[in-house]
Amino acid sequence: MRRSGLARAGLWMWVAGVLLFLFVPIITIVLFSFDASKIETWPIRSWTTHWYSVAFHDAQVRSSFLLSIKAATLATLIALLLGSLAAFGVHRARFFGRDSISLLLILPLALPGIITGVALNSAFQYVGIPLSLWTIVIGHATFCIVVVYNNVVARLRRTSSTLLEASADLGATGLQTLRYITLPTIATALVSGALLAFALSFDEVIVTTFTAGAQNTLPIWIFGAIRLGQQLPEVNAVVAFVLIIMFIPILIAARLTGSENVVRSAEPSRRT
Amino acid sequence: MTVVAPERAGRRVNPVSAALLRRTWLRTTLLLSPPLAWFLVIYLASLAIMLVTSLWSVNSFTQTVDHTLTTQNFHQIATGAYPTIIGRTVLLAALVTITDAILAFPFAYAMARIAKRRTQRLLLVAVLLPLWASYLAKIYAWIAILEKGGTLNWTFSKLGLPLPNLGFTNAAMWIAFTYIWLPYMIVPIYGALERIPGSLLEASADLGGSGLTTLRRVLLPLALPGLVAGSIFTFSLTLGDYVTPLLVGGANSTLIGNAIYDNLLTGGNLPLAAALAVVPIVIMVAYLVGAKRLGAFDAL
Repeated sequence: MRRSGLARAGLWMWVAGVLLFLFVPIITIVLFSFDASKIETWPIRSWTTHWYSVAFHDAQVRSSFLLSIKAATLATLIALLLGSLAAFGVHRARFFGRDSISLLLILPLALPGIITGVALNSAFQYVGIPLSLWTIVIGHATFCIVVVYNNVVARLRRTSSTLLEASADLGATGLQTLRYITLPTIATALVSGALLAFALSFDEVIVTTFTAGAQNTLPIWIFGAIRLGQQLPEVNAVVAFVLIIMFIPILIAARLTGSENVVRSAEPSRRT
Repeated sequence: MTVVAPERAGRRVNPVSAALLRRTWLRTTLLLSPPLAWFLVIYLASLAIMLVTSLWSVNSFTQTVDHTLTTQNFHQIATGAYPTIIGRTVLLAALVTITDAILAFPFAYAMARIAKRRTQRLLLVAVLLPLWASYLAKIYAWIAILEKGGTLNWTFSKLGLPLPNLGFTNAAMWIAFTYIWLPYMIVPIYGALERIPGSLLEASADLGGSGLTTLRRVLLPLALPGLVAGSIFTFSLTLGDYVTPLLVGGANSTLIGNAIYDNLLTGGNLPLAAALAVVPIVIMVAYLVGAKRLGAFDAL
């Protein structure tokens, strides 16, 4: 008994250590964004919100933020449509190659992003499509589809098919059933999937580098600015801002469909 | 009493809905066509074009892509600095995967089997936030922690220990990668552990299995698929990353991702970049085939 108590205490210490490891970097980056000094050194001696105002008035930051929002919105819309269609198609249907579809959808997230990036770049160059907002959207939608798919499939698995049959038996048309039965049941799963897809797209840098050309999305601006190392206090503020603002959709999604679902949204397909 | 067919009862059954409801194959085909078309036309076709591009070359005089098939790029990859870079990348990916597995397993176990409902929910959110937090922010944070004037050196100096000075080294890359992919390892292990019926653990104890025996003979084998699933992410994502080496790595931190990035974006050699991108694909396909054999996909 004493030994198991000791093991348990050790286990909880391990948990505390991992939690510390998970959160110290996030807290550090937020603290540094309020550092008044131009050179990052610990401990922080004086505090300021000046860098947030610098970032807010920076035209480059603004335009790249706007491009990120545009790309994420369009990619999310495509992912919503294609991801839920795939979920409805796979759900309950039993056919050969059904598991392969789930595997295919997760592939852009499970394979290194750089492969999707180089593949799309080769294809765009080969076909002669110039890089634009749309090439970014195509890349993002491809890896966002699975997030919506996972959310909708998880929800469909928990809803009974008798509801749809009852609706049809009572004479509802397919569209009526969709409007009054299907959409209300999957609504929160759709919203959650959309929020997560948006977050995934908004933050993406690896694929985007190969599909954006000379345009800057916000992550590409951040990446470039860190490498140049010339406006680091401002970068700190932008990075901390992105970090905090991204928690909003994630927490809403967790509220809507449960944390368990959100942590697994970017995972290989779960048994359906 | 007569049974009135729905049609006769004055309600017109939409023939389209009726057909779709009855013929599942038709419904499935219609629903799956758009997403599958997207993946076929955009994703798989692009991958195919990339594979063909890897067999092309760049004409050194005109700097244009020459469409004559050649295995020249792969010869180039097999010689010079590339084998070292590939070896370094695979080694680092393996190291990161092992470190994450060690960190994640006890955490996931406590979360799945020991924590009360409320603590479990809190821990889930604690994994969820860093999992979905901004990728660049997470890497950037490690610069601030590991660099000379960073928080780690400061902590060590306060404790009177020698300064680790880990900034811009391969060790920094190892730490940063371990950090960013850790939640991807915790989640599937947690999922696998949570699904183990409590009766199995009781049976093991009843039959005289000590805690360690139960861990080795019951928990680990049943959690293995989850562990493999998590390792797909930690391994694969490390394999293709070029951002972490550029931001926290040092002089000898070039990974496959950097080689691809440099050849495509600064070197203007798309065919060589495409050939280099085939390397992680081959490694990952081998890895996925192995993972499928172990049943990693059934567990999730």
